[in-house]
Amino acid sequence: MSVLKQLKLRGKRQAKLLRALRKSMSLRLRINRTDLIRPRDILVFVTLRNEVARLPFFLDYYRALGVGHFLIVDNASDDGSAEYLLEQRDVSLWSSSASYKDASFGVDWINHLLWRFGPGHWVLVVDVDEFLVYPFCDTRPLSALTDWLEAQGRPAFSAMLLDMYPKGPVTAQPYCAGQDPFEIARWFDPTNYIIRRNSELQNLWIQGGVRLRAIMRDTPAQAPALNKIPLVFWARKYAYVSSTHMLLPRGLNRVFDESGGEQASGVLLHAKFLDTILGKTEEELRRGEHYAQSREYRAYDAMLHRKDSFWCEWSTEYINWRQLEILGLMSKGDWA
Amino acid sequence: MSAQRAPASAPLGVVILCHTALHRVAAVVRFWLAASCPVVLHVDRAVPEADLQALRAELGAQPLLRFGPRHRCDWGSWGLVAATQDSAALLLDDFPDVTHVLLTSGSCLPLRPVAEMLATLQARPCVDFIESVPVAHGEWILGGLGEERFTLYFPFNWRRQRWLFDRAVELQRRLRVARRVPRPLVPHLGAQWWCLTRATLGAILKDPARPHYERYFRRTWIPDEAYFQTLARLHAAEIESRSLTLVKFDRNGRPNLFYDDHLHLLRRSECFMARKIWPEAAQLYDFFLNNRAAKLDPVPPEPARIDRYFELAAAQRRDGRAGLYMQSRFPREDASRVKSAGPYSVFWGFDQIFADFDYWLGQVSGLRVHGHLYAPERVQFHGGAKVWHGALSDAAAIRDYHPRMFLTNLLWATRGERQCFSYGPSDHMDHELDWFMATDMNARLSMITGAFALSIFRSGQTGPELIARLTEAHKREQEFLAILRSRWAVAEIRIHGLAEALGAPQQVLGGAIEGVADAPARAIHGWPALRSLDGFDAFVAGLSKQGLPPQLRKDLTL
Repeated sequence: MSVLKQLKLRGKRQAKLLRALRKSMSLRLRINRTDLIRPRDILVFVTLRNEVARLPFFLDYYRALGVGHFLIVDNASDDGSAEYLLEQRDVSLWSSSASYKDASFGVDWINHLLWRFGPGHWVLVVDVDEFLVYPFCDTRPLSALTDWLEAQGRPAFSAMLLDMYPKGPVTAQPYCAGQDPFEIARWFDPTNYIIRRNSELQNLWIQGGVRLRAIMRDTPAQAPALNKIPLVFWARKYAYVSSTHMLLPRGLNRVFDESGGEQASGVLLHAKFLDTILGKTEEELRRGEHYAQSREYRAYDAMLHRKDSFWCEWSTEYINWRQLEILGLMSKGDWA
Repeated sequence: MSAQRAPASAPLGVVILCHTALHRVAAVVRFWLAASCPVVLHVDRAVPEADLQALRAELGAQPLLRFGPRHRCDWGSWGLVAATQDSAALLLDDFPDVTHVLLTSGSCLPLRPVAEMLATLQARPCVDFIESVPVAHGEWILGGLGEERFTLYFPFNWRRQRWLFDRAVELQRRLRVARRVPRPLVPHLGAQWWCLTRATLGAILKDPARPHYERYFRRTWIPDEAYFQTLARLHAAEIESRSLTLVKFDRNGRPNLFYDDHLHLLRRSECFMARKIWPEAAQLYDFFLNNRAAKLDPVPPEPARIDRYFELAAAQRRDGRAGLYMQSRFPREDASRVKSAGPYSVFWGFDQIFADFDYWLGQVSGLRVHGHLYAPERVQFHGGAKVWHGALSDAAAIRDYHPRMFLTNLLWATRGERQCFSYGPSDHMDHELDWFMATDMNARLSMITGAFALSIFRSGQTGPELIARLTEAHKREQEFLAILRSRWAVAEIRIHGLAEALGAPQQVLGGAIEGVADAPARAIHGWPALRSLDGFDAFVAGLSKQGLPPQLRKDLTL
């Protein structure tokens, strides 16, 4: 890499961190329980808006994996999400009524909280509808994985987004608070993923799955990115660039093997396609606060009104991480 | 001096080197003490005093427990050997009943009751269990230096001062530094964890030349894998070169950790100890320290199964699964000659010569044969399916967005079933895809060149664009041929001219489907009929008059 290129990337990273600092001005502290964070705790960082129904299962899921503390930015919820979170003993909460879009879709807020509280911890940055599945997650807590990664000298762990959907119209089965969303959205596309290298940041760019097959079939280039690096041993100089798709410094994006071997990786099960999407879609279309002029949401809206199903005869029903490994969606690498 | 007051003990003493997870160490110490085995605990000097005091308090006053003089034990440093020497000397001095000394680490876990171990040791009381392999047999080493460990100086720490370490090695190689091994030592290597007899260990510790040897070993690399292993060869009566401690190393030479879900594996080990145990593996500690196996049916030892388990993991990291392209495996173009998940056949021009080619091939092979997967309008999956295995869509836009990944996805999703499809100049051809297939060992490409003209002939089209279309198709075919004929092509490639294929159709087809369809099936279904060529000669003659390029005319003359 040329010196010029290095300087350019460093400039980009510093601009990202400065921007995070500037955008953090809109964050208002609601409750700070970060004094409860112990030195080896794994921390979860989340931005959310109106997710009160999803929160109970979400928090319990990650508590069961052994997460120590949740640091959450509430983007002006009016459904009681903030009130619910204030009562949780392992949650620190900030709120912002500023624009989600202006804060790089929440990345700036999260980068700032990561900068303040992340260094020296393994951090997991997810949305409320993303559930991490990693090798041996049914028998080993998350700290087993992070201990191993640390011993291997690997600071980042890849977990691509896997869109889950129900059989039949998306809105046919109502989701109740506290329920496991994958009782409803149990299906996924096993092998239609398209991968390219992004030479600038050296990450892989993955598109595909049901959103490519069913929604973007005529405009595949616009299909959303599914590559994610949500689990990182944080240092103050790090910054997420675009959602959790990639990081700077770019060495963190080298989560894949190029000589034929497999590195360990996981999957983020994405419980987006539940009946809750109906309200979200309408709201987002009104607000226009999502990526690429909310193009994705307009497509959902059309689809939901037709009562289409995402399901096809080659959809696969979710069983466990071993199944995802056999399908080649994730790998245990040499973590035995 | 204190021989009279020394507490009676079991004949096995244990030295434990620890630096972390002290609560687990305490549990293991209590396990040994409960069996009257004396323990000398070496706590790394880097451990904070408060933690040490907490450990002492947790263990309480124990007549069979001593704390060894503390050293700083960096990975691969002399400190590990010094700590072992001092602690072992303390053990031998303070506990005269001890006939064997077991060296373990704080993350080792006993797998069997002490009585079993004592029985094994007493059955052959003079044997030292220490892995000790002559350095000349280099296989023992997993990555890293071999003989040079003993002939160079190593003033820098490999883990913390890697750059300086590498430079120092380079410099010494250039200067041809060659330290001499002190006589009469013969360098041996082996796992750090051993079980020595009092006689052997005492002789090593009291060797009059010990200061001389020490000066030498202090500057070798990873002396804890060499010092006792070499000196035991000098003093032991009988060595059994294996460790009683199960350790499985990964590709970087680090020990794999054992977790709760390894319980069934560890029960099948023949070893007495295992390392490293993940400190949070509560179930393992509970199971083995409390001998829960006593209440269960015995399990026959199957050490090969443990080896295989870790070998599979190492292979997955090193080689991965052929043909898999995913988030954490994305091999470069040239990383391997097998680039796809399974064998596949590509037929170029066959459907223009043979009537109902796809159907016939499906009949004789029993496979689900596709049409033109890269047809411009949509993917022609078998039976006109709209989605195929893996939830692959028939949408042309998605396929054309990344034609190569469309193929690798299909091959991965259908692994176990050979894929057969037609391909030709009328398809959405892709340069990257063409190169991929030509350089893939799994591909079998069978071509009949010039057959594209039959399709244009049958389209009934006339007029000036006809020659343009033919020329264009011919150009694409020539480009594809150039790739197949390049010196990088490793696929199984058969190329036939149109005249040759029409002259000996069964021979050409037979070669293309060799191994795909067997003879009995062919006997049942026969050969496919040839499609009509009436008027093709006149068609070519007519084109020649209109100015068909000579090369093309030659290819099309039957």
